[in-house]
Amino acid sequence: MDSTDVLVVGAGVIGLGIAWEAARTGRRVAVVDPAPGSGASFAAAGMLAAVSEYHYQEEELLGLMLASASAWPEFAAGVGGDCGYLRTPTLCVAGDAADRQAFADLRAVQGEHGLAVEPLSVREARRREPLLAPALAGAFEIAADHQVDPRRLVAALCGRLGEGAFVRSRAASLVWDGPAVVGVRLEDGRELRAAETVVANGLGARELRGLPVELPLRPVYGDILRLRVPGPLRPLVSATVRGLVRGRPVYIVPRADGTVVIGATQREDGSEGVSAGGVYELLRDAQALVPAVAELELCETTARARPGTPDNAPLLGRVRAAGDREHDGEAHVPGLIIATGFFRHGVLLTPGAAHVCAGLLEGRTDPRWDVFSPSRFGHRGIPALAGATAERPPAAEAAAANVRQAT
Amino acid sequence: MTQDTTHAPALGLAEAGEDPFTVDGVTLGSRLIMGTGGAPSLDGLGLALEASGTELTTVAMRRYSPAEQGSLFQLLVDRGIRVLPNTAGCFTARDAVLTAELAREALETDWVKLEVIADETTLLPDPIELADATEQLVGRGFKVFAYTNDDPVLARRLEQLGAVAVMPLGAPIGTGLGILNPHNIELIVARAGVPVVLDAGIGTASDAALAMELGCDAVLLATAVTRAQDPVRMASAFRYAVQAGRLASRAGRIPRRDHALASSPMEGRAEFL
Repeated sequence: MDSTDVLVVGAGVIGLGIAWEAARTGRRVAVVDPAPGSGASFAAAGMLAAVSEYHYQEEELLGLMLASASAWPEFAAGVGGDCGYLRTPTLCVAGDAADRQAFADLRAVQGEHGLAVEPLSVREARRREPLLAPALAGAFEIAADHQVDPRRLVAALCGRLGEGAFVRSRAASLVWDGPAVVGVRLEDGRELRAAETVVANGLGARELRGLPVELPLRPVYGDILRLRVPGPLRPLVSATVRGLVRGRPVYIVPRADGTVVIGATQREDGSEGVSAGGVYELLRDAQALVPAVAELELCETTARARPGTPDNAPLLGRVRAAGDREHDGEAHVPGLIIATGFFRHGVLLTPGAAHVCAGLLEGRTDPRWDVFSPSRFGHRGIPALAGATAERPPAAEAAAANVRQAT
Repeated sequence: MTQDTTHAPALGLAEAGEDPFTVDGVTLGSRLIMGTGGAPSLDGLGLALEASGTELTTVAMRRYSPAEQGSLFQLLVDRGIRVLPNTAGCFTARDAVLTAELAREALETDWVKLEVIADETTLLPDPIELADATEQLVGRGFKVFAYTNDDPVLARRLEQLGAVAVMPLGAPIGTGLGILNPHNIELIVARAGVPVVLDAGIGTASDAALAMELGCDAVLLATAVTRAQDPVRMASAFRYAVQAGRLASRAGRIPRRDHALASSPMEGRAEFL
């Protein structure tokens, strides 16, 4: 029977980051995933956008996002130069006056939190990015929001961990010994033992049996496009361009290799394939910001499900033991850490999650992150909805099983 | 605060049993119907719905799958809020009928808020497809809540085709421009034999109060709350606005005059000689 120090279930950016951080501190690590990097990490644009992703009233999440953003330079340096980490600035541009007002209203609150968002004239924005549409209504620069290439990040982290760390199988259930989690059972029946098991398999955590807490995850699908910029048009943009077009958000992220990523829709329609309407809306709105988008070669359309939670914040930390009193920080399920539900922010929060988990492995807890306790929703009952779930429909099954590439 | 007790019964009038809102034989305790589009998070939406006091909430069947566990539908079930499925995103009568059938099968309700949109720029209803879809859905046994233009003729036609409620827009969806043609809304209300729900265009609380003062039976709104900076606070504002407007509409407002009229008249004063 195999045994290791840390067993990470799930090889997306979150699981790989946690595994690598644990390995760096001298622990023996195993990562269980049938197809590393094939879930939400495969689709993600990789914006490290703590400032522009701030939403009203999400101050607690902002704290973790800022902490993680400031950890990125060192994290990227540790992973190596091949993860596509770039200090590309971000330009927010408004399609019309109402969009400009929406950015300006948000900027007022961003300012209260000490976040730097600088207004630019449209003329100045277009001096920097000449292919921006002339008829934009406003622009703001966010110097602190950068980018990484999540696919290269996955490859780099896999390389650092080494092939020997990977178990290419699906974890079916946690294995318990008395009050403690001591590993997982794979779908082929094999058991892997570990001193600590980290559940970091995104939406897949819904299918993992033996969890001591119900994780309120739901799939929030996103469509995302990858396009090649013809030589004469390069660079299409040098900054990441995030726009509002009649209230609809869209972004264009330029990669070092001359491609751009355009995203992303947010759907809860249960449909795992790429949405034609979603692709249309993304191209329409991106073209409103940068008309030359119509000249690009559309290389790839991808849809994946993000692991959404009720409050948009991750499920990160240890799980309170059953029968435990409120706020009793001592009694947790030994041997188990949860790290899922990163929703739109998995790439940005990768170093943050890795550091939080590294602390937990060493027995340290940071009270700032107590709000992300995976136990915070209690044991929410999920009774069957009348008429809707007499049998689980194929769409839900497929979503739960982690979505495959749609093109 | 003892002074509140004198006002409490009057405030309660609009929400409690004395002045219920009845549609298709179902009595609702709130005259505020909420939409769900644009909510930043499920938890935030849940809190806003609670603050609004709503008992009926509409959901776009094209955007949310009822099959997902832990979804928006579960949130409504948990709070005992009735679901009014809608056909947002449909451009033809055929689309709308198919979507309504899907909703009926998934949610076991005959109610449907019928939206048949003409184009993406205005999101205005297509009147011809709307009438066609209403007729088809009524024929299939649906209870149709028809989202319509602020056109008194069309509203009347939809009622005659069998709609259980007509829902004229105040302004195009998502604009927050308020009620652009109050006179047409009054005309629709004056001739309607079914409930009239002001739907779309609401930007802030006074718009909802005005809708009720014009005689509407209820107000439906979504983005005014879900995209507000503080959705819970805005939902509370709408709860009170709808109650205030309803109370005012039944209290008999004074006529508008061109010239001043002292509130304490001169006639009948004691004469001191």
